Amino acid sequence: MISTQVLPMGEEAILLELDDLAGVIALAAAIQDQVDAGEPGWSQVSDVVPAARTILLRTGTAPSQDGPPSGDVDLVALGQAAQALAAEIPEPRSAAQAAGEGAEEVVTIEVIYDGEDLADIAEATGLSEAEVVAAHTETVWSVAFFGFAPGFAYLVGNQEALQVPRRSEPRTSVPPGSVGLAGEFSAVYPRESPGGWQLLGRTEEIMWDPTADPPSRLHQGSRVRFVAKEQR
Amino acid sequence: MSGLEVVQAGPQSLLQDHGRFGYSALGVGRCGASDVTAYELGSRLVAHGPGRAALEVTMGGFAARVHGSLTLALTGADAAASLDGQAVPHAAPLDLHDGQELRLGVPSAGLRTYLSVRGGFDVEPELGSRSSDTLSGLGPAPVHDGDLLGVADYDGPFPNVDVAPVPVPTTGRLDLEVTPGPRADWFDAADALRERVWTVSERSNRIGVRLEGQALKRVEGRVDDELPSEGMVRGCVQVPSGGQPVIFGNDHPVTGGYPVVAVVTARDMDRVAQLTPGQEVMLRWRS
Repeated sequence: MISTQVLPMGEEAILLELDDLAGVIALAAAIQDQVDAGEPGWSQVSDVVPAARTILLRTGTAPSQDGPPSGDVDLVALGQAAQALAAEIPEPRSAAQAAGEGAEEVVTIEVIYDGEDLADIAEATGLSEAEVVAAHTETVWSVAFFGFAPGFAYLVGNQEALQVPRRSEPRTSVPPGSVGLAGEFSAVYPRESPGGWQLLGRTEEIMWDPTADPPSRLHQGSRVRFVAKEQR
Repeated sequence: MSGLEVVQAGPQSLLQDHGRFGYSALGVGRCGASDVTAYELGSRLVAHGPGRAALEVTMGGFAARVHGSLTLALTGADAAASLDGQAVPHAAPLDLHDGQELRLGVPSAGLRTYLSVRGGFDVEPELGSRSSDTLSGLGPAPVHDGDLLGVADYDGPFPNVDVAPVPVPTTGRLDLEVTPGPRADWFDAADALRERVWTVSERSNRIGVRLEGQALKRVEGRVDDELPSEGMVRGCVQVPSGGQPVIFGNDHPVTGGYPVVAVVTARDMDRVAQLTPGQEVMLRWRS
């Protein structure tokens, strides 16, 4: 079982706090299943937002032309339902295991490993640049949660060797498709943005397209495999 | 096609509707009109139902030439609007004709005026909304001088309201009602907020309203704690390490890494949307 504490977050949301990321991922997936299935008690949840140790449950929907206005939400009952659901979930072994659970396919992303921080990453990890690339491409990564910017997926992979700190001085602009590392996570910058992750390389794949539905190439629990692409 | 040709966009004019729902888990914020009550009143005055795009004009200064015939209403901050130099009523449906010029002054109280045109502004939605998100860049681009804002056709019943008597924003000190946030226990929050008066910083925008005043201090034992980033909502009162709180607005980041001491009620967030720099506020626990 997983245990979770319910914290207040205003009139329309609650925040669930858990012990670790593995529990967050497992419980967020279970809650999303309840919401998607339209289970009683979950219908007013509009957004399930997992983060490193917490899950935000937001209620409320956009008013429609003809639909009834949404009534008052019972946040106490929602918190109790979340705790009851958590109690039924077996504790996952790791975040990567919880994140990859049930993923049907592995998304392959081709990367040109010529990142500006590759040498720094090698130095910080004690590996050669070739070994860094090998470790990154041999790992099956899974989406733990999104955050920071639209479509920015935090990938976990049980990859002890590649843990590096953020850059001490964040870049004011990181190009879209940049592939980076920070802490226990790897990520692909979906759009141009400022950023402090250490850059391994870049991909030409489109990770985020707001005109598409869904807009994101990856979703919660997607499994990802990076493949080294020769630079021409 | 009918529409408004922008003669002068003013300091900031953005298309907004009810915002984006259901995309928070992908890192996409809710966005939408900051003063929901004023935006919804505009929709009612032009009688086109909820969810259509209006123009959110910050600090007035907007001017446009009318193309075709339009029904329009101005709500929120009263910007002393005029049509071809003649004053027009606030919070009332107005009939505009081809070639007329609509001009907004600067509001004497409040910050944001909503310009609702019957049918709504006709732009492509992005992720289910026609709202400009100033944080992520999603939605329509900010309005510029020379833009032609087309209006969608609408066939529903006509407005039957002449003028809506509504409270207007004030310039004086505002009491904002708050409920405890998830990290209220990181601060001596009950006492800390009781007597403190905050001044709205001019570095405030749709992402957050920054408050300046006597810094909020963390309780002993929490001083050096790092908070892993967690989900945020509109109205969160986040306290960065300097102790000067920020009230998150509609374009707030979906997650944030500083503790949230309190959350402003939805009703009072509409008043936060109208706060001007230098205005004073107090945060009061909801009893």
